[in-house]
Amino acid sequence: MKTEMTMETAVQQNIELTPKKKRMNKNTWQLYSLAAIPILLVFVFSYLPMFGIIIAFKNYKYNLGIMGSKWVGFDNFKFFTHSTDFIRLVRNTLGMNALFIIFGTMAAVLVAVFLYDLKSRNATKVYQTILITPHFMSWVIVAYIVYAFLNPQYGLINSIIQSFGVSPKDWYAEPKYWPGILTVCYIWKHVGMDCVVYYAALMGMDNSLIEAAKIDGANKKDIILHIIIPTLLPLITILTILKIGNIFRADFGLFYQVPRNIGKLYATTDVVDTYVFRAMRVIGDMGMSSAVGFLQSIVGMILVVATNKASKLIDPETGLF
Amino acid sequence: MNKREFGGQVLLNVVFIILCALIIVPFLLLLAVSITAESDITKYGYQLIPHNIDFSAYQYIFKSPKMILDAYKITATFSFTRMFFSVLLMSMIAYPLTKREFKGKSIISFYLYFTMLFNGGLVPTYILITQYLHLKNSFWVYIFPGLISPWYVFMIRTFFQGLPYEISEAALIDGADEYQIFTRIILPLSKPVLATVALFMFLSSWNDWNTSMLYITEDHLYSLQYLLQRIMENIKLLQEIQQQGIILSGAEDIPSETMRMAMAVVVAGPALIVFPFFQKYFVKGLTVGSVKG
Repeated sequence: MKTEMTMETAVQQNIELTPKKKRMNKNTWQLYSLAAIPILLVFVFSYLPMFGIIIAFKNYKYNLGIMGSKWVGFDNFKFFTHSTDFIRLVRNTLGMNALFIIFGTMAAVLVAVFLYDLKSRNATKVYQTILITPHFMSWVIVAYIVYAFLNPQYGLINSIIQSFGVSPKDWYAEPKYWPGILTVCYIWKHVGMDCVVYYAALMGMDNSLIEAAKIDGANKKDIILHIIIPTLLPLITILTILKIGNIFRADFGLFYQVPRNIGKLYATTDVVDTYVFRAMRVIGDMGMSSAVGFLQSIVGMILVVATNKASKLIDPETGLF
Repeated sequence: MNKREFGGQVLLNVVFIILCALIIVPFLLLLAVSITAESDITKYGYQLIPHNIDFSAYQYIFKSPKMILDAYKITATFSFTRMFFSVLLMSMIAYPLTKREFKGKSIISFYLYFTMLFNGGLVPTYILITQYLHLKNSFWVYIFPGLISPWYVFMIRTFFQGLPYEISEAALIDGADEYQIFTRIILPLSKPVLATVALFMFLSSWNDWNTSMLYITEDHLYSLQYLLQRIMENIKLLQEIQQQGIILSGAEDIPSETMRMAMAVVVAGPALIVFPFFQKYFVKGLTVGSVKG
């Protein structure tokens, strides 16, 4: 009886729906009209610059325009790859990002495990709120904070080490300290946000595993080693792989603001993104700047696609596309 | 809870209190320096506990606050405008991507996705904006570029896909058109994801300094963060700010070290108080996760 009723209504609806072809067309048209402006905006601001890549093969002069400037083939690329900057940039960009991936992940996992172990939900909330706060600050603010600590004349760190009898250091003139300083800044700003994913994974974990292990006499160390770490490992692997995909893209804000664009520190703080900016803005070499940007974009694309494939092999549910 | 577990919890809380101190103390240092007497700075350096509390840095700033007020006004205006239009426009492209009737769905998805993989880079974008679109020193340069972020488009689309199909189907049968379904059903039902995306967009606009650095040379159009960056680079700017309002007896009267930090407090303070209230939306955005093509 019931199925008959539904059949009947369905037939009725079908009859009603048949002459609706015209209205469906209007609706489809409306869908396209909704999409039109966003598509246009993406075209203007993302696709048009892609055509501008030919600047990398030209000796660009403002007054001649893109078309009028002279072709120089691969000269811009050769100039860059043969310069001493090349090695330094690759080393700094890869090296610093590797430090961020290794220590950033370790810190995030550690904090997530600690949060998971906390019994009091209220305390967890308070701690999490505080730990996330730096995420809301710009790198400009972080640069001020770092300056307040490291200012060679008045900085807090120098007064502290002086009270221990160590002579004050000119932090903004010694490149060797900066890989460490920048890693600390990275972790300080991101750990609260980065640990959220791991914390969520732990919260979603089957609690009975831990209960059973406890009954079997497992201690804290066993639980962390044999239950918590194995639970997080797939997630850690995948997030790390995806981060490796972006290893040639540096966080411009961190590397530009925090070392305050000081030339003496370039040995360890200059990365591809800051170099591209400087080549364009300070040196005014548009051709070379876009050549470096182009190289970065191509290598970045290959890495992202490859790492996405890799993460999909491990877990088909991940990856972007 | 047995004794051992209790001890463990105490230890854990101690660890977290130390971690939180590591987060809070740097902010306190900015605040402390900003309320220290300038003469104490030259004597003792920056200190967490000021010897003599002195608000003259703030007095100087608020005596002629035009520049910082301008920056606040500009930043608030473009942040809200950009947030509104980006959420609207990203929903407008996300919605058709969920519909069967929308032919070329996968092409459009790829069209968006490709911009996440590859981009023209800084120089072509710079030339486009300055030489062709003539947006240099224009307020609109804060608004237009980057309105559509593919990542958020896919996030919104995933949410739309999770909405019960029957509701819009029923509306369609009742004679609603797609515009009506989009504005009256889909958008109101999607408040959680739209709020999350809106906040992410707002945060990135609020903290924007790149745009000003690249495209703005007139100081009344500086964004808040860029004004702060300029003050770090050039302490003289502070004096200029002062001299706009009043004639000073001499430049050396300005407590420049403490004023620098006071400016940082004036810029960071409100954000520090307001943003944590919206924390749950930011956290939600991270765990939505299933952003897929």
